[in-house]
Amino acid sequence: MSAVRPDPSKLYHRKMPATWWLTNQSYFLFMLRELSSVFVAVFLVVYLCQIYQLSNGPDAYRAFTQKLSSPGWILFHLVALLFALYHSITWFQSSAVVLPLRIGERVIPRPIVTALHVVAWAIVSIIVLVLFLALKS
Amino acid sequence: MAEPTIRLNVTRYRPEKDRAPTTQAYVVPYREDWVVLDALNHIKDQMDGTLSYRWSCRMGVCGSCGMMVNGTPKLTCAAFLRDYYPQEIRVEPLVNFPIIRDLVIDMTDFMEKLKSVKPWIIRKEEKPVSEGEYLQTPAELEAFHQFTQCINCMLCYAACPVYGLEPKFLGPAAIALGYRYNMDSRDQGKDQREIIGNHDGIWDCTFVGECSVVCPKHVDPAAAIQRSKVDVTKNWFQSILMPWGQR
Repeated sequence: MSAVRPDPSKLYHRKMPATWWLTNQSYFLFMLRELSSVFVAVFLVVYLCQIYQLSNGPDAYRAFTQKLSSPGWILFHLVALLFALYHSITWFQSSAVVLPLRIGERVIPRPIVTALHVVAWAIVSIIVLVLFLALKS
Repeated sequence: MAEPTIRLNVTRYRPEKDRAPTTQAYVVPYREDWVVLDALNHIKDQMDGTLSYRWSCRMGVCGSCGMMVNGTPKLTCAAFLRDYYPQEIRVEPLVNFPIIRDLVIDMTDFMEKLKSVKPWIIRKEEKPVSEGEYLQTPAELEAFHQFTQCINCMLCYAACPVYGLEPKFLGPAAIALGYRYNMDSRDQGKDQREIIGNHDGIWDCTFVGECSVVCPKHVDPAAAIQRSKVDVTKNWFQSILMPWGQR
């Protein structure tokens, strides 16, 4: 038995508006998540440039860091930090969907999996911060 | 006291006379226990018999009555008027699909995609009936049970901006169905469902996640797609690192 197909010439095709991501809060948050990677990428390039300046001697490095202390760059780093935090949280939320955790036959609820990730992330961040402060002093 | 009413702004498209869809307003009685589908049935029976839409079971099982209700894909049999009253309700055909007439969309593309994932149990060798059933433990059933709940209502396709922008995308329901069979311990046909791992399959998905939000049966196609990505990646690494090993 073959399916009856509608006459293609009579179908009406709607176009998706360019502003589709403004029509729904989830779409908007998704776009923010995608945009966050741009800020993280720019931050990393700047950071790599900063490390590269180390090879040009202390004066070059100091001049570079001085440039970074301008209000524009501070604002950029603040925005990049917010996006990086948002990206990390959405990453942990996604991880809970992708890798379901089980204890025996019980599935651990996703918010708990996300919370465990966030706690582990906070612990690692504190360790890194302590090491950094210890090395600095 | 006058009976309370609610206004429905319904998309009309009659290909024999309309060049593009228009909106027609209907003022229907407001009843607290009515859903949008009841209001549409009232219009069809009492006010305008020319209005076309799909429906069947009226109880969230058949998946026929999916429409955009105030811009959100919903089963109209589960969308209560009381959740919108006294505001007007906009009823449109599911987006991302061509319109055949009024609220009826063309699902040809969806049906072909469903078929393309070979949604049936594939065995390398069928055992004779005399040898009995293919047995399964409760844990093995649990691994895919949630993904068997799909009613093919297509709400997930209407919620997916990737499908809207890239119609070649296999889409949430078809991938979830393919994943359901890949996860079935009785199935041996994973390598025949390569379409899932292709570019137009799971890799087109950017994990917006709205497909799982609108799913009336909590199938969670977004999870099926992301887990398939992990699965396909694992298989790829395995085939590179251990080419002699079986997939």
